[in-house]
Amino acid sequence: MKILVCITHVPDTTSKIQFTENNTKFDKNGVQYIIGPYDDYALARAVEIKEQLGASLTVLNVGEAETEPTLRKALAIGADDAIRVNSFPKDSFFVAKQIAAIAKQNGYDLILMGRESIDFNGGMVHGMVGELLGMPSISPVMKLEIEGDKVKMAREIEGGKEYVDAKLPLVAGCQEPIAEWKIPNMRGIMSARTKPLVVVEPTADAVVTDVTSFILPPAKGTVKLVDKDNVGELVRLLKNEAKVL
Amino acid sequence: MSTIMSTITKTSINGGEFLVKETEAKDIFIFEEFTEEQKMMAQACQDFIDTEIHPRSEEIDSMKHPELVPSIFKKAGDLGLLGIAVPEEFGGMGMSFNSSMLIADIIGGAGSFSTTYGAHTGIGTLPILYYGTEDQKSKYLPKLATGEWAACYCLTEPDAGSDANSGKTKATLTEDGKHYLINGQKMWISNAGFADLFIVFAKIENDKNLTAFIVEKGFGGITMNEEEKKMGIKGSSTRQVFFNDCKVPVENMLSDRQNGFKIAVNILNIGRIKLGAGVLGGCRSVASMSVKYAGERKQFGVSINSFGAIKQKLAEMAVRTYACESLCYRAGQDIEDRMDALAAEGMPDAQAKLKALEEFAIEAAIAKVHGSEVLDYVVDQGVQVYGGMGYSADAPMERAYRDARISRIYEGTNEINRMLMVGMLLKRAMKGEINLFEPAMAVSAELTSVPSFETVDTSELFAAEKETIKKLKKVFLMVGGKAAMALADKMESEQEVMMNLADLMIEIYAAESVILRTEKLVGMRGEEACQPQIAMTQVYLFEAVEKIQTAAKEAIAAFTKGDEQKVMLMGLKRYTKADLVNTKELRRQVADYMIEKGKYPFS
Ligand SMILES: Cc1cc2nc3c(=O)[nH]c(=O)nc-3n(C[C@H](O)[C@H](O)[C@H](O)COP(=O)(O)OP(=O)(O)OC[C@H]3O[C@@H](n4cnc5c(N)ncnc54)[C@H](O)[C@@H]3O)c2cc1C
Ligand SMILES: Cc1cc2nc3c(=O)[nH]c(=O)nc-3n(C[C@H](O)[C@H](O)[C@H](O)COP(=O)(O)OP(=O)(O)OC[C@H]3O[C@@H](n4cnc5c(N)ncnc54)[C@H](O)[C@@H]3O)c2cc1C
Repeated sequence: MKILVCITHVPDTTSKIQFTENNTKFDKNGVQYIIGPYDDYALARAVEIKEQLGASLTVLNVGEAETEPTLRKALAIGADDAIRVNSFPKDSFFVAKQIAAIAKQNGYDLILMGRESIDFNGGMVHGMVGELLGMPSISPVMKLEIEGDKVKMAREIEGGKEYVDAKLPLVAGCQEPIAEWKIPNMRGIMSARTKPLVVVEPTADAVVTDVTSFILPPAKGTVKLVDKDNVGELVRLLKNEAKVL
Repeated sequence: MSTIMSTITKTSINGGEFLVKETEAKDIFIFEEFTEEQKMMAQACQDFIDTEIHPRSEEIDSMKHPELVPSIFKKAGDLGLLGIAVPEEFGGMGMSFNSSMLIADIIGGAGSFSTTYGAHTGIGTLPILYYGTEDQKSKYLPKLATGEWAACYCLTEPDAGSDANSGKTKATLTEDGKHYLINGQKMWISNAGFADLFIVFAKIENDKNLTAFIVEKGFGGITMNEEEKKMGIKGSSTRQVFFNDCKVPVENMLSDRQNGFKIAVNILNIGRIKLGAGVLGGCRSVASMSVKYAGERKQFGVSINSFGAIKQKLAEMAVRTYACESLCYRAGQDIEDRMDALAAEGMPDAQAKLKALEEFAIEAAIAKVHGSEVLDYVVDQGVQVYGGMGYSADAPMERAYRDARISRIYEGTNEINRMLMVGMLLKRAMKGEINLFEPAMAVSAELTSVPSFETVDTSELFAAEKETIKKLKKVFLMVGGKAAMALADKMESEQEVMMNLADLMIEIYAAESVILRTEKLVGMRGEEACQPQIAMTQVYLFEAVEKIQTAAKEAIAAFTKGDEQKVMLMGLKRYTKADLVNTKELRRQVADYMIEKGKYPFS
C-alpha cells in the first residue's frame, strides 16, 4: 500500500500573529513553525497503519525551502520519504492542484490530510483533491481502520458520529482521536537525515483567489462585573454595549 | 584553502587554562550554533515533558501511584532519551557530548523527573560505560539505554557524605572465591525505589579505597527504608538501601579493586557539568512563567511588568541564565573536542572520554556551582514576581523553589566543589600541567611598576570588556599567587580564602564566556539584532567585577598586612577599574525585550 500524508508548515499555536505591508502579508519574524496539528494526527495514523499492515509512507508539502525542517520532522516521526513542491502555497485550490498532480504521477492508495490547516483554516484542500482525482473524500475523520480494500471510518457530525465505509483509494481529512499523537524518537530524528527529500517544481496553474487584506480580531476588553442582584443592568449591557441580545 | 582552514581551525585550550590564556570568540561553541537536528531532539524532549510530565507534576510528587514514575521513565526510554550517551553498539544513540548536555538542559525543566533522569543516565549508567569490561557493557548497557532496567548509584552512607571514601560498607570474598558478599547501609539513593541495577561502592578487607560493584536487584539481600520525606523533588525516589549478604559474582566487580573512589570522582565530574546544564531548563521555564505572570497581573491599575523593580528581576533572571548557558556549552564543547582529538589519536573510546572529562574537571565544578546558584536565584525571584501567589502551592513557583534547592547539595556540595576547583588548579600548576607561576610572577612585578596609561581602542565591540577580563585574570593571579605563597600547605585549612578564590574563578569564566558568546552571535546575526544580548553582557560583566572585588578584598584581608596589603589593594583597584555602565537602563532594555516576546527569548 502507498500512503501520502499532506503536511502544512504552520506557526506554533502560541505564536504572536502580526501582519505587515499594509496588513496584506503575514509577519514571520520570530515565529516558530510546527507540523499542522491535524496533519500530525494524520501522520500518526499513517505511521500506525504502516507498522500494522506494511506500507510506504510519503509526506508532501507545497511550500518554499523554509518548510524543509518541518518535512524532516515528519520523516523523523516515521515517513519514508518526502516531497516538497517548490512554491509559495498561494491558495487552497493551487495547493490542491499540486497535490493532485503528484498523486496522479505516483498513484497512492490512501491520501491523508488534516481536517483543516491552522493558519488559514480553509478545510477545503481534501475535498478539492478528491474531486480532482475522482476519489471519495471524507472529513473530519476521527477513526480509520483498513480491512482489505475497505476502509471503515467514523466522522464527527453535528451532535453525534457518522460511520462511513468506503473503498480505497480515498482522501481523508483527519482529526483526533484518530491516532495517538507522536513525538519523534531520537533514533527517528537521527535517521531522518538519510531519508530522501525530493524537491519538484509546481505545475503552472493560475491562482484563482487573491487576499486583499487581513484584520486581527479586536483585542480582549476588560471584564465588567455586574452585581448578582442587578439583573436589569446586565440585560442593559448585553443589549446596548455587547449588542448580543 | 588556507583561508578556509584558518576560519575553521580551533585553538584548543586545556582545563583551567582560561585563567592565563585568552580565548577568541571563534573558538567557543555557543547555544545558537546547535543544528536543526539537535534542535529537533531538544523539541522532542520538550514535547515529552509538556505531555507526560507537566500535566501530572502534582501526581508525580504525591508518590501515591508507585507505577507512575516508572511508566514515564519507560516512555522516556522508548523515545531514546535514556540512551543518549550510550554508543549505538550497546543500544544507545551514541550522541555527542554537547548534545547530551542539551538533553540534560531540557529535562532540567521537568522538576523531580530530572533527578530520576540524571541518576539513571548519569551516575547510574556511566560507571559501566566508562569502566565496564566488554562483557559487562554488552550485558547491562542495552537494558539501561532502553529503560528496560533502571539504575541507581550507591555511594553515600549515613556517616560518609562529603567524605565519600570513608564508607563502611564491606565486600567479603566467599570461600569458594566466586562471590563477594556485600554488607552495609547506603543513604539518599536516588531511584532506589524502582531500580533494577545498583552501582555499589564498598571496601574489601581493610582497603584504604573503595571498590565498585555492579549489583542486580535479583542477587538478593537488598532491602530498603521508606521513601525519604524531602523538601523538594518529591516525585524522585530517594531511599536508604541495606545490603545483607548480598551475593555478587566476582565478575561483577567494576574496574579494579580499590579503583572505586577514582570511579566515583570521575563520574561526579560528568554529573557536575551535566547538572550545570541541567538547571537551564528550570531557569528558562521559571523566567518565562514570570514574564507571563508579570504581564497578566495588575496592581495600581497597570500590569506589574511596567514597574522598574519587576523589570529588574525579569532581566536579572535572564542575564544569569544566559551566562550559565554560555559557560556550560562552551565547556561542553571543549570536552567534546578533547574526546574527539584523543580518540583520533587512537585512544580507546571510553578512555578518551574519561581523560577529556578529567582534563576539564575544574570547568565542570564551575558549571555545577554557577548553575545551581543561578537556579536558586532565578526561582527565588520567580516567587517574588508572583508575590503571594509565589508562596501558594496552587501556582508553579512554590514547587520550582523547593525543587531547585537540592542542586547546591548533591553531586558534591557547592563548598566541596569550590574547594575542589581551587585544589585541582593548584595541583595542576604544581605538576606543570598549567603554567600559573610565570604569569603570577609577571603580575607581581607589575604591581610595583608604574601603571601603563595606554588607552584601549574601544571602537571595536567589546574591546573594553575584553580588556577588563584580562585584568580580572590578573586579580586572580595576584590573589591566588600570594595566597599560595603565604598560606602554602595551610591553604586547606583556610577554606574561606579558597571559597574567595573559587568565586574569582567562577566569575572570570562566566563573564568571559558571556562576552565571547555575544561576540560570536553578533558575528552571525549583526549588532542590530543582538542589542538585548549586548546589554546582558554588559550587565553580567559589571556584576562579575563587583563580586570579584569583594571576594578579592576578603581574601587579601585574610592573609596580608601592612605595605603588602596596600600594594595588593592598589593592584586590585587598578585591575577592577571599568567604565561605569547604566545597569538600570540595560536591564530595562532586556526586560522590555522579554516582555515583547512573552518569554525567556535567548535560546
Ligand atoms: C505563510 C502563508 C501565507 C499565505 N498567504 C496566502 C495568500 O497570500 N493568499 C492566499 O490565498 N492564501 C495564502 N495562504 C494560504 C495557503 O494557501 C493555505 O493555507 C493552504 O493552501 C491551505 O489552505 P486551507 O487553509 O484551505 O487548507 P485546508 O483545506 O484547511 O487544509 C487541509 C489539509 O490540506 C493539506 N494542506 C493544506 N495546505 C497544504 C500545503 N501547503 N502543503 C501540503 N498539504 C497541505 C493539509 O493536510 C491540511 O491539513 C498562505 C499560507 C501560508 C502558510
Ligand atoms: C535528594 C538527594 C538525592 C541524593 N542522591 C544520591 C544518590 O543517588 N547517590 C548517592 O550516593 N548519594 C546521593 N545523595 C547524597 C548527596 O550526595 C550527599 O547528601 C552530599 O554529598 C552531602 O553529603 P552529606 O549529606 O553527608 O552532607 P555532609 O557531608 O554532612 O555536609 C554537611 C555540610 O558540611 C559541609 N562540609 C562537609 N565536608 C566539608 C569539608 N571538608 N569542608 C567544608 N565543608 C564541608 C558541606 O558542604 C555541607 O554544607 C543524595 C542526596 C539527596 C539529598
